[in-house]
Amino acid sequence: MFEILLDATVKAGTPILFATLGAIINERAGIINLGIEGLMLVGALAGFAGTYLSGSLLVGVVLAFCATFIAGSIHALITVQLRGNQIVSGLALTMFGVGITALFGKGMVGKTIVGFERVAIPGLSKIPIIGKAFFNQDLLVYFSFLLVFLIWFFFYRTRWGLAMRSVGQNPAAADTCGFSVSKYRFLAVTVGSGFVGIGGAYLSLASTPMWIENMTAGRGWIAVALVIFASWSSPRAMFGAYLFGGITAMQLRFQAMGTNVSAHVLQMLPYIFTIIVLVISTVRLQKGGNQQPEGLGLPYDREDRK
Amino acid sequence: MTDILQINNIRKTFPGVVALDDVSFTVGRGEIHTLLGENGAGKSTLMNVLTGLYHPDCGNITIAGEAVHFTSPRDSIRCGIGMVHQHFMLVPAHSVFENILLALEKVPNFFNRKVYKEKINQIIAEFDLDLDLDTPVWKLSIGAQQWIELIKLLLRDCQLLILDEPTAVLTPQETERLFSVLNRLKGQGKSIIFISHKMREVMEISDSVTILKKGRSVTTLERGNFDEAKLAALMIGNDKIPEWEKSGQVEDVDVLDIQSLSVQNDRGLADLDDFNLQLKKGEILGIAGVAGNGQKALAEVLTGLKKATHGKIMAGGEDITNSDAKDSYIAGISHVPEDRKAIGIAPDMSVADNLIMKNFKGNAFTNWIFQNKAAIHQNGAAKVKQFDIKAGPAGTPVRYLSGGNIQKVIIARELSEQPNVLVALYPTRGLDIGSAEYVHQVIVDGTKRGMSTILIAEDLDELLKLSDRIAVMFRGKLIGYVDPTNTTRETIGLMMSGVTPEVVA
Repeated sequence: MFEILLDATVKAGTPILFATLGAIINERAGIINLGIEGLMLVGALAGFAGTYLSGSLLVGVVLAFCATFIAGSIHALITVQLRGNQIVSGLALTMFGVGITALFGKGMVGKTIVGFERVAIPGLSKIPIIGKAFFNQDLLVYFSFLLVFLIWFFFYRTRWGLAMRSVGQNPAAADTCGFSVSKYRFLAVTVGSGFVGIGGAYLSLASTPMWIENMTAGRGWIAVALVIFASWSSPRAMFGAYLFGGITAMQLRFQAMGTNVSAHVLQMLPYIFTIIVLVISTVRLQKGGNQQPEGLGLPYDREDRK
Repeated sequence: MTDILQINNIRKTFPGVVALDDVSFTVGRGEIHTLLGENGAGKSTLMNVLTGLYHPDCGNITIAGEAVHFTSPRDSIRCGIGMVHQHFMLVPAHSVFENILLALEKVPNFFNRKVYKEKINQIIAEFDLDLDLDTPVWKLSIGAQQWIELIKLLLRDCQLLILDEPTAVLTPQETERLFSVLNRLKGQGKSIIFISHKMREVMEISDSVTILKKGRSVTTLERGNFDEAKLAALMIGNDKIPEWEKSGQVEDVDVLDIQSLSVQNDRGLADLDDFNLQLKKGEILGIAGVAGNGQKALAEVLTGLKKATHGKIMAGGEDITNSDAKDSYIAGISHVPEDRKAIGIAPDMSVADNLIMKNFKGNAFTNWIFQNKAAIHQNGAAKVKQFDIKAGPAGTPVRYLSGGNIQKVIIARELSEQPNVLVALYPTRGLDIGSAEYVHQVIVDGTKRGMSTILIAEDLDELLKLSDRIAVMFRGKLIGYVDPTNTTRETIGLMMSGVTPEVVA
């Protein structure tokens, strides 16, 4: 019973994990991206269409990354190059994603593909209790583990990462040290968006191998909240995403068991959890556990005189 | 040997402002070259052009005989130019190590932390500094942060170092230390551009001085050809440095008695720690201290922007610590140059509207629930005339006024309620001599009708000339009082670094 629940937790948490990681990369460089929900939908449709048309899951995932990379570059162009309002641009991106996937997804509704299948890692999957849940999953889950580590390594062990964090904290400092603020920000937004797209693709290629209109159902917004909960750290994002995944898994379990509680109330749980998470993390931020990049949300203009 | 730097006819304009009009000068190798000029003369703008942050509209720069054209700070770094900016270019949340590493060139992307830590520690040891590489920068004093900036340049092996008002945040002793380092660098053949407007320091360290005035280079003088009076005259364009009169009308009655007051900042650290202060009626009490030792918190707690966590503020036997009564008793001027527009005024509103902003009691400017436009304009016009504010046509947003005139608007508003106590936080920072003098006059005039002033300033000369008493702060505590007529800059300097008066004497 616990094993099944844990397995469902990882499955439900993975798309959110990808999206949160992508959003963290954005915000670490100082750009707020509220287009996560839209990007996930673009990724989900591109991933499904790519796989459906080519028959290859890899093509689907790559296409999902590329499509959201391009969609993200719209946000980057507006916020980095043109120094526009990040909130407005992000919200527009979400609406754009919802609309364009509904339009172009019409032809994909009802089509089926063979989704990602489980691949047991020899040895590790035999660990009692957690082995099955974490090491008898599909390849994208393993990729998400790797990504958590890679992002941490990038930010804390490489000079590029240090430069990117500095760009998010104090762009003027990075600029005077000879780093191009716009280059780093542009890359963070586009590559980060690409990973968000893979999160979307997980939904349409692994969770439920089909395309359903608006199939993200608010997961992008949950990722936006989890970024704060995770204090912009990739390992904590993993914890947050699985916490959320666990609640989703539990409410599904309750529904399956047939409790007296209305299904609608149970379905609300993950979103109520999101609100609680936001309250807790905001209080924590105010208590001085401040990890928020100081330049977050502020456009950088070298010649701006304060 | 060619000169390291030659600047010819640089001009730089911002929308509506000519920051640099026509600037030319030359810096030789192994020379400490001072740029002297009043605030707003264009020193910082010029340096931002030199570091590639700003593109000049015209003019050219030659480095070691070669014409250069900077499109970004990277180009400037490549030419061996490094700068300690007035507002430090550090990432407060990052460690000392990360900040320094960011500035180093040729660090591989996958770097060995140990190797670089050793390298940096070597320099720290060489200059006998007390810096822990793993400490986050925000925890360090402003002085220590400045050393980090300097280390960045040293490790980068800059040939031309630019220091923009480095001594503004240092105690006199720390300044001495900085100067000895600068002289040592000069001995190594490095050139230094030093920016300051403190005459004493300029006299001490400069090999040559270029004077900037209103965006133009007036002249360059070699050591031996200048003295304080001559430099001041060239800088201000007036042979007399104004002397300020003291109020001399202090009554021996405490109008404010601050008792073991503590205030915490956002990080949970004590900005004021068991702080005591007595202010007498009609007194101008100067507060001396290195920036960041609690002066801002003192102004904020007095004017109600911050709450005290401990201690009392007594006024005539009444406790007004966190009470509303304080509002009518104390007028606050929160004035720091970078947020003058952010805190002091509403920049997009007119002068007249800004002038009545504190008038939320009473109904002099209202008609039932509506604004009394006629009264507001009348009041505005009267204040503009009384305080000699150059405000442009009626209705001009305050943001278009010069710094000095914005400051006059703030002072006019604060004094309109006839406060008992005025708290002035760096009231003349960033103002030209004329405006600064005017601000001082207003404060002195206020004492004549019994107003007491807490004057927080960084320029010791200003404090010595204006104050009846000077209180010295260090790390949120009161170190002691000195009598400006009977003290030395050295004594105050020692107290600013935390040495108590008994030990000094």
